Amino acid sequence: MAQKQIYLDYAATTPVDLTVFKKMQPYFFEQYGNPSTIYSLGEKASQAVENARGQIADFLKCSSNEIYFTGSASESDNWVIYGVIDKIWEQENKKSHIIISSIEHKAVIAPARYHEKNNLAELTLLPVNEYGLIELTELEKAIKNNTRLISIMYANSEIGTIQPIREIGELIRKINSKRKEKIIFHTDAVQAVNYLDCNVQNLGVDLLSLSGHKIYGPKGIGALYIKKGTPIVSLIRGGGQEKDMRSGTENVPGIVGLGEAIKKVRDCKTKIQSIKKLRNKLITGILKDIPDSQFNGSLGKRLPNNAHISFRGAEGESIVMELSQRNIFVSTGSACASNSLSPSHVLTALGLSHEQSHCSVRFTLGKHTTNNDIDFVLKVLPGIIKRLRKISGK
Amino acid sequence: MYSKKVIKHFQNPSNMGKMKNPDAVGKVGNPKCGDIMKLYIKVKDNKIKDISFETMGCVAAISTSSMITDMAKGKTLDKAMKISYNDVAEELGKLPPIKMHCANLAVKALQKAIKNYGCSKATTH
Ligand code: FES
Repeated sequence: MAQKQIYLDYAATTPVDLTVFKKMQPYFFEQYGNPSTIYSLGEKASQAVENARGQIADFLKCSSNEIYFTGSASESDNWVIYGVIDKIWEQENKKSHIIISSIEHKAVIAPARYHEKNNLAELTLLPVNEYGLIELTELEKAIKNNTRLISIMYANSEIGTIQPIREIGELIRKINSKRKEKIIFHTDAVQAVNYLDCNVQNLGVDLLSLSGHKIYGPKGIGALYIKKGTPIVSLIRGGGQEKDMRSGTENVPGIVGLGEAIKKVRDCKTKIQSIKKLRNKLITGILKDIPDSQFNGSLGKRLPNNAHISFRGAEGESIVMELSQRNIFVSTGSACASNSLSPSHVLTALGLSHEQSHCSVRFTLGKHTTNNDIDFVLKVLPGIIKRLRKISGK
Repeated sequence: MYSKKVIKHFQNPSNMGKMKNPDAVGKVGNPKCGDIMKLYIKVKDNKIKDISFETMGCVAAISTSSMITDMAKGKTLDKAMKISYNDVAEELGKLPPIKMHCANLAVKALQKAIKNYGCSKATTH
């Protein structure tokens, strides 16, 4: 009998919520107008876009004028790194210093490295401790006179670590109050939106990236919160959409979906405790039933849906494939599963050995995960690890 | 990403496990991703009489290990030495280009085992 599909890769993407999908539907067929046009069909589309902008602003507790739609969170992140640095060049003709953590998403690291390589900015990659946390004192020490941009992700996608964004925000505010050339603070909140407070006033951030498909919304849509007055150049020049900052005809169904999805996040907050309980059951069960398995990262400062475990002597891609044969979908930070054939930079930054990364599996739960799902994983996983260890002779 | 045959060998690998009293062992590591492969052989009349493997690695590494043991079994040492990674990949249907190095690992392990066998013979006889 074919086993039901068990999806445990919610950090990779999520299924679109049915009510979200239904809200999007009319914007493909009936309300297909271009929001920039002035007849009623276009007006309806434009209203839908502005409504969604309001929904996001409501969630982040900011003004809707501060929300910009993008094609993905990667685009938002790239925009931040290029846009702020370019603006400072433009206004002050000065080379700035960027600080990011060493476990940022590649959408932050890669553009920052590009700046560094082309001598457009200096770059500091802040180390993290074994739990994946940055130390505030280290951050403070890293700040220089020309530091103008700090980007620290709210919650890490691989290891689930939650950074003290609020405290960082406070620290930067304090430092900024004593200097003329302000430091801009960005956070990539892609993984955080489902579970954590994203009130930008509380967090003290100037910029925040988010994405639709991690919160039961559609793929291909993201947003960037830009606090009023933040120096940043426009990303795409052209027809002048998004207040002349990001031209291109709006992805109306996507925008509508993102708005609805973020509105629904609040309803889901009640599910957090049950997700966390299932996640803890998974971790305890694995550590109890599978010898030589090791839990990675922090348990306390972690997203409630993330579990990350290394199984000595069993390679990650092979574990993923074995689970996939049983209709269970998870992911790994193993070098073998990456295009670069190097282990995940996040796991390496945490101090995991090559071997530990090699044997690691990430499970991320979501609102559709059931107790039966976890029971089934706990039932089949020990056998899988045993078999792979037999093959490896370890 | 993987062909049916690759998955089949991955799920039911032939000649898997450590060998008692092998005539020679070839151990290689994959410099690219850090995997380890061990091939054990028993030789009689210049032919590979028995062969088995241990592999700590990806799906492709495990299934190419399995495949190469099937291919080498019964072959003369000279012939076994000539098995190329293209031969292994072809036998498996197809391997993703990024996984070619895993097939190469299996080839290197077999060649090393055969060479080690030659050396041990040279010293004992
Ligand atoms: S053995 Fe590591 S990628 Fe195949």
